[in-house]
Amino acid sequence: MQYLKNTVTLKLDAGLCNGCGMCVNVCPHEVFEISGKRARITDIDDCMECGACALNCQSGAISVKSGVGCAAGIIKGILNNSEPSCDCSGVNKNDNSNCC
Amino acid sequence: MDFSIDLKSLKPVGYTIPTVSSRLKWPDYWGTIKVRWGFGRDNYTVLPGLYKVGKPDGESDVFVSANYKLSFDQLRRSLDSLDAWVLVIDTNGVNVWCAAGKGTFGTSNLVKSIKNISLDSFVRHHRIIVPQLGAVGVAAYKVKEQTGFSVIYGPVHAKDIRTFVNSGYKATPAMRTISFPVYERAKLVPVDMLYGKYKLLIALAMFFVLAGLDRTGIIFTRMVENSMFPLINIAGAYLAGIVVAPIFLPLIPFRAFALKGALSGIIITGFMNLFFAAPLPERIAMGLINIGIASFLTMNFTGSSTYTSLSGVKKEMKWAIPFQIASAAIGLIIFIIYKLK
Repeated sequence: MQYLKNTVTLKLDAGLCNGCGMCVNVCPHEVFEISGKRARITDIDDCMECGACALNCQSGAISVKSGVGCAAGIIKGILNNSEPSCDCSGVNKNDNSNCC
Repeated sequence: MDFSIDLKSLKPVGYTIPTVSSRLKWPDYWGTIKVRWGFGRDNYTVLPGLYKVGKPDGESDVFVSANYKLSFDQLRRSLDSLDAWVLVIDTNGVNVWCAAGKGTFGTSNLVKSIKNISLDSFVRHHRIIVPQLGAVGVAAYKVKEQTGFSVIYGPVHAKDIRTFVNSGYKATPAMRTISFPVYERAKLVPVDMLYGKYKLLIALAMFFVLAGLDRTGIIFTRMVENSMFPLINIAGAYLAGIVVAPIFLPLIPFRAFALKGALSGIIITGFMNLFFAAPLPERIAMGLINIGIASFLTMNFTGSSTYTSLSGVKKEMKWAIPFQIASAAIGLIIFIIYKLK
């Protein structure tokens, strides 16, 4: 399943990549592959911007504006004038939000 | 030996490390069913700390889990017949992926847990197995820097853990990827259905009253006579947006969830008009309202899906919210004008 085309903010600077392959390990949508000792993006539209790759990239070759793709969270963010946040159960005890 | 223990009564302090069974008991399954239907969902926790499964020693693997009982249960069940340590970190009772997105299942919390429990006094090796989805909050190289423990990212699903361990900590691409098959989507439907129950009741009450409207005022007997068509439409739109669209998600054309929901709303409206009689303006009015409601509800399913991106949802919402408001508002105006004419 793929979401909207040409929208995600994922960027890879292959020049900084040391080929450790951590991005391949952590990506839940097989966005990366290692070819010629460098990471390569296979299909960027598979990306859901979870941010695991960028967080685990020691050489800082990956950037992505990560966050939860959750409409209710975005609405809540706009209403509270804050970053999008879906209050998953347990954080806000009275909120039955279905997020995540 | 009876392993059916109240996990909350366990106090993992000092060197008395509680042992938990890798077999789930009936109360565990019953708890899962209740949580899936939204009961006690916010308070289904395990006390953070170190646990034993089987008889682990200094060479046994350490698996990290959130202190959400569903996460913990899935993990310990998958460790069946393995001897292992389970390090439960405090995520406020939130599952791994969600907590990782919020940072509670994150580098600093994991480092703190490893240090507080003195993990290196229990195991001689320096590796911990973190569920792959935890990588959203955990930077493996920082954990290594701060504790000396190497993070190995395990498979997405706990059920693959044994295969993963037996193959020398190698996950196949299938174990690394998260799919969103129909049974995963169906599992989310009960909680989603209850999620908007009050708004649904308010909408139903509003249309019950509006059905009794005419130029002379609002009369109760007319509410009873005329409310069937609008009420059944509202209920249908709710089901279209929360049940139909999520279940048939990949089969419905369009990538934007708001469009998938709008189309489900149109289809439901079609069914309503086949089976129930109403004047044409009222059919049109309810159709527009159905489209607005179903589109909005399905758009909210982006929060439950496992492949939508933040920038994508923002992009979709920019046109979808005005569209949904306009559709429902025009429908409502037509409905009221027709009643008053």
